[in-house]
Amino acid sequence: MKITGSRALLECLKREGVDTIFGYPGGAVIPIYDMIYQFPDIQHILVRHEQGAGHMAEGYALATGKVGVCLATSGPGATNLVTPIADAMMDSVPLVAITGQVKTSAIGTDAFQEADITGITMPITKHNWLVKDVTKLPEIIAEAFHIARSGRPGPVLIDIPVDISRAEFEYTPVEEVNIPTFKPTTKGHSRQIQRAAELIAEAKRPVLYVGGGAIYSGAYGEIKDLAERTNTPVTTTLKGLGAFPETHPLSLGMLGMHGTAYANYAISECDLLIAVGARFDDRVTGKVDEWVPTAKIIHIDVDPAEIGKVLPADVPIVGDVKAVMIELLKLVEPAFHPEWNARVAQWKSDFPLHYPMDGILHGQQVIEQIGAITNHEAIVVTDVGQHQMWAAQFYKCLRPRQFITSGGLGTMGFGLPAAIGAQFGAPDKPVFCVSGDGSIQMCIQELMVATIYKLPIKICILNNQYLGMVRQWQELFWESHYSNVDLEASPDFVKLAEAYGAHAIRCSSPSGVEAALAEAMAITDRPTVLDFRIAKEENVYPMIKSGGTIRDMVVQRPPNMTPLDSYMESEAYMPDGEARPAKEEEKTERETVTAG
Amino acid sequence: MQQQHTITVLVDNKPGVLSRVAGLFSRRGYNIESLAVSITENPEVSRMTLVVNGDEQEVEQITKQLHKLIDVSKVQDYLNIPMVARELALIKVNALIENRTALLQLVEVFRGRVIDMSDKTFVIELTGGNDKIDAFEKLLEAYGIRELVRTGRIAMARGTRGI
Repeated sequence: MKITGSRALLECLKREGVDTIFGYPGGAVIPIYDMIYQFPDIQHILVRHEQGAGHMAEGYALATGKVGVCLATSGPGATNLVTPIADAMMDSVPLVAITGQVKTSAIGTDAFQEADITGITMPITKHNWLVKDVTKLPEIIAEAFHIARSGRPGPVLIDIPVDISRAEFEYTPVEEVNIPTFKPTTKGHSRQIQRAAELIAEAKRPVLYVGGGAIYSGAYGEIKDLAERTNTPVTTTLKGLGAFPETHPLSLGMLGMHGTAYANYAISECDLLIAVGARFDDRVTGKVDEWVPTAKIIHIDVDPAEIGKVLPADVPIVGDVKAVMIELLKLVEPAFHPEWNARVAQWKSDFPLHYPMDGILHGQQVIEQIGAITNHEAIVVTDVGQHQMWAAQFYKCLRPRQFITSGGLGTMGFGLPAAIGAQFGAPDKPVFCVSGDGSIQMCIQELMVATIYKLPIKICILNNQYLGMVRQWQELFWESHYSNVDLEASPDFVKLAEAYGAHAIRCSSPSGVEAALAEAMAITDRPTVLDFRIAKEENVYPMIKSGGTIRDMVVQRPPNMTPLDSYMESEAYMPDGEARPAKEEEKTERETVTAG
Repeated sequence: MQQQHTITVLVDNKPGVLSRVAGLFSRRGYNIESLAVSITENPEVSRMTLVVNGDEQEVEQITKQLHKLIDVSKVQDYLNIPMVARELALIKVNALIENRTALLQLVEVFRGRVIDMSDKTFVIELTGGNDKIDAFEKLLEAYGIRELVRTGRIAMARGTRGI
């Protein structure tokens, strides 16, 4: 039977299991929208800006593990998808972006709403296609989904000229995808896995360094098993939060620039680094040469190009993280590192995460109380900035796919639409969007979508009337030249939220947080915007400056503990990486002090 | 250690594939010394020959990133593989009557060919490795080179070995 390109597109999406599309219509996609009108099985969410559609599709994908789908028209519609596509590329989010294009005969003529979106997105997609022959459409869609979700996931884009959408052809469903040039390695090399097991058996101070790849491959059970069996402390990257329960005694929380002091100390002294689905990002390593100078490295990743990209691995293992971990666990014997574990525990008690208890509302407190009121069951979606780091430090994720954030690209404006996408993907879970007064204004228009679909998302704006993270850098590294970071002149977020039909609460005191959150939890038929007026010039600590080492880490100690300076001179202090032991006897001596 | 690598890439003969490869080099900051693209024995496959300078780690990254492009089917670095490699140059040089004998001798020594002649110029064709062409070019400078065009390197493994 002959059908149109646009009907074939919808049939193919249905075959791929797509139930939700986030999009925005326009001239070049009217034939596709006409077909969406006729396909009740596929829910289309009308966004308010195409960037919102892209981030919603990302949020949906990250919450569910399925491929997210977004749709936009040609020209400006397509270019508005560029940021979410780049975001998905950096964070390996499976995303299929479908764009309309001007009719084939007009391509290259600077036609109305024409943009070379395949050219533009070439460096930010795993692959993209301009469909010039309608008979190829089913095959291209099948390949697109296959590429988006296989190996290291990522975004793809299909550009469909309007005449292709309208053209009729004899449609036959694609039963099997075969791309000879795309065969990701899933099974790890057995000899390398054997060597990894040997290194694990020899290690005295191992650390598991777990990234987002572990979540995408579903390897959390295996990571917990390996950590517990070998008593190995686990630190996760920003994207790896949730791959290991943060309440677990072996958890070190997040590492890196704003990671916990204990995670960074542990990394600086480990003798074996087991990197799992992580890519040694500069925000994690700081100065690479001095990051883990004495450690052997096992690097497990599905993307061969990540292995050796930043640091050479002693044992490189290319393969699906979960598949590799399953094989590895067959070879790993129980191991005990009481001294190492005691040392790490000491760091944990010496340098806890904390924030001032000074009667002023702090963002960290809000995050802690979100955890408390939801029993850490909520999906937390963040924007980018100080609030993001506080959320990463203080939320304490228990499970994978619970923490959704823009890591690699650091896209302000990601939070609200991604939270909406996450809520569509996980309708029964509480969803919190943690944002800042800067970030929220970058995609605020999507609040309308949350209201229309009665999504009970709690949007917590940690409002310090500054672009806080830039202000922090200006304070610390640019002589407090607060150039263009003042957001004092912002809209009244309560009134703004109400204008969008959302419930709104303002909270300015530490004592009001619990009640505000409780009030928000009781609202189930619309979004709630919470305008938390927090301390204006709070900084995120610990902090290792960009390109710095463990010696550059700025740590603050809670007021009820000995101040850092005198503590460092006291006997109880364990030297950090600066005195990283070259001599064995020194180390033994120090460890004795620790044990005491 | 910085070394010159000759890399052959087999790609699907599809529109846009050249810009995918070239774009990969520019966005990751790799420099291409030369690039040659051609058809192959298989009409569905094109062959690119790239010459790049870099240390082992850089070139390993380049080959891995090339492999990730969906249109790329094979990548081969010829660094430690015996190969034959050639470039082609066309050189339009001043050829005054009194210089013609000397020029023809040069062409013969370098096994080039004169493929066009006018009352004032020769067009000389020369194939070879880049050192040979460089040397020839240097010798011709004395006569006045009016125009010069060179292809990128193309290469193939010696013996029965395929790519």
